[in-house]
Amino acid sequence: MSAPVVSANANTAAPTDHSKIASRQHSVGGLGLTPVQTRSERFASYDVNDFEAVVPNHAEWKYTPLAKVAPLTGDALDGSTYEYSAATEGGASVAWTGRDDARIGRAGKPEDRASANAWSSFEQALVVTLEGDEASATVSRSAIGADARAAHLLIHATANSRGLVVLENAGDAMLAENVEIIVDDNADLSVVVLHEWADDAVYLASHFANVGRGARLKHVTVTLSGDVVRVNPTAHLGAERGEVELYGLYFADAGQHIEHQVFVHHDGPHTKSTVTYKGALQGDGAHTVWIGDVLIGREGNGTESYEQNRNLLLSDGARADSVPNLEIETGDILGAGHASASGRFDDEQLFYLQARGIPEDEARRLVVRGFLGEVIQKIGVPSIEERLDAAVEAELAVSA
Amino acid sequence: MSELIIRDLHVSVETEQGDKQILKGVDLTIASGQTHAIMGPNGSGKSTLAYTLAGHPKYKVESGTITLDGEDVLEMSVDERARAGLFLAMQYPVEIPGVTVSNFLRTAKTAIDGEAPAIRSWIKDVRASMDNLRMDRTFAERNVNEGFSGGEKKRHEILQMELLKPRFAVLDETDSGLDVDALKVVSEGVNRAKETTDLGILLITHYTRILRYIKPDFVHVFVDGRVAEQGGPELADRLENEGYDRYLSGSNVG
Ligand SMILES: Nc1ncnc2c1ncn2[C@@H]1O[C@H](COP(=O)(O)OP(=O)(O)O)[C@@H](O)[C@H]1O
Ligand SMILES: [Mg+2]
Repeated sequence: MSAPVVSANANTAAPTDHSKIASRQHSVGGLGLTPVQTRSERFASYDVNDFEAVVPNHAEWKYTPLAKVAPLTGDALDGSTYEYSAATEGGASVAWTGRDDARIGRAGKPEDRASANAWSSFEQALVVTLEGDEASATVSRSAIGADARAAHLLIHATANSRGLVVLENAGDAMLAENVEIIVDDNADLSVVVLHEWADDAVYLASHFANVGRGARLKHVTVTLSGDVVRVNPTAHLGAERGEVELYGLYFADAGQHIEHQVFVHHDGPHTKSTVTYKGALQGDGAHTVWIGDVLIGREGNGTESYEQNRNLLLSDGARADSVPNLEIETGDILGAGHASASGRFDDEQLFYLQARGIPEDEARRLVVRGFLGEVIQKIGVPSIEERLDAAVEAELAVSA
Repeated sequence: MSELIIRDLHVSVETEQGDKQILKGVDLTIASGQTHAIMGPNGSGKSTLAYTLAGHPKYKVESGTITLDGEDVLEMSVDERARAGLFLAMQYPVEIPGVTVSNFLRTAKTAIDGEAPAIRSWIKDVRASMDNLRMDRTFAERNVNEGFSGGEKKRHEILQMELLKPRFAVLDETDSGLDVDALKVVSEGVNRAKETTDLGILLITHYTRILRYIKPDFVHVFVDGRVAEQGGPELADRLENEGYDRYLSGSNVG
């Protein structure tokens, strides 16, 4: 691995201002006024009332269009069950379960008000359970509706299982959701989430993955449409040899806001993480945000981590914010690196392809598809890769 | 037989200090099967000529004409020129992340021919050309020019030339950065293309070394944006011995 090794206690975190969220939320939680300096000490609670009202200078809200998400960050939400369809293979099952299910809360604890609001409001959780070595489930939702709601999804890969979960989202939504992903010891799980929401949909999600000893999680989030889509995946690597690959792919059109706040917490020895998010932006007001936090805790000896975010700006008036943070609390790591780059379309690439006879629009598509394809290739599920290739193609055709 | 004719070509480039005049009246006529070497010091405008032929948007034609069998090349877009049979092997080939060589070659071939090549014979052709150029077959699955060494990039340019079968090829310092073995391999590729397709070649170079392997029919000495002298292969021998000093009187040192 070519990632540069960051020395002990190097702390490249800086841009996020934790002190603001800390003061009031800590006082509400009764934890005193210690300023929060690191990502791990961010305030968390299951109860929405422990969080103060959302204001623009909160670190975790500062990029998000607050007026648009206000229905999800204020009053309690409708947490009733919704319509979905599911297809399963092998040892996979999908069912509703009550709030008292012992698995709820095993992976997650809300760290922002929308997430806590969803947690406080949901009535039943949809649970996908995977057992055996060829389990797969596809859950499709397209009738969530435009009224403000809360939901809770739990994905449980039992010990030694191997499986795939695909979550397809489409249609109207004003939805705040928590997704807990429990990957028990030695399980191998892939989760692919597709966001093809209606153009005026608003969706805020927090994903919490808890990765067991020797377990692996591949997590892919793909966002192609929706008005505001914010997906914040957190992976906790608390047991020996746990591994995560977190991938993201997004295509933001005019006026669209797509945001990811990714947090990987290495807290067990010999754990490994790879984070790659890539986005294309085109059109006036297309806005993407990526905040990538990696924390290597004191127990994270021999860990390896690499995170990167790359954005391709295809037109004027689009904006990509990209903030990688790396905090290391142990000296004994194998490697840790991060990279972030946002750039305009490279006209020299266009010239090179055209000079080989390829017409301009096709050359443009080739470059963008190539750029995003690097992530698509990582998914490892041919049918989904083909579908995404086609979806990206369609996005490019619309915006050309 | 085809003819590429350049007449009184004046070209400028946009710089921060305003337009800069680079080509100052270039005249050249190249016919199928001929090899013309263009030799000149650094900064004399050789790459500018190459890019202008290919239609790079940075270079502005102030006056003059370029025609290919009577067709106005300057009216054509970059890709139209390529489809009309012009090929530029670039001095600095561009990296295209996420686009594999095999996908790129197939897309280009399809664009040039106007139809997709028959799969079996195409794969065979690609493999044969790669083998001839001593390119490992794994290159087909690598991204275009990404992580290629200087020599690998140049072989990849010649690979494209062999497969796309242009009528005229401009080779811009294809020899620079190649060791002797690589130079031989690349030169063989050029000579093969010449034999099999009656290719006309504009061979741009700073050094005479490559002319041992690719024999020019004509040599043009390029200085300060125009052809200062031309002759047969013997002119290259003279340059080998005397260098460009003779042409660089006073302020023109590039
Ligand atoms: N894109 C450009 N921007 C600014 N100056 C340029 C550009 N391209 C070429 N030039 C200038 O034009 C002159 C000729 O350059 P070039 O055609 O690359 O010469 P050669 O290939 O013979 O070395 C040089 O002085 C160079 O600096
Ligand atoms: Mg040059």
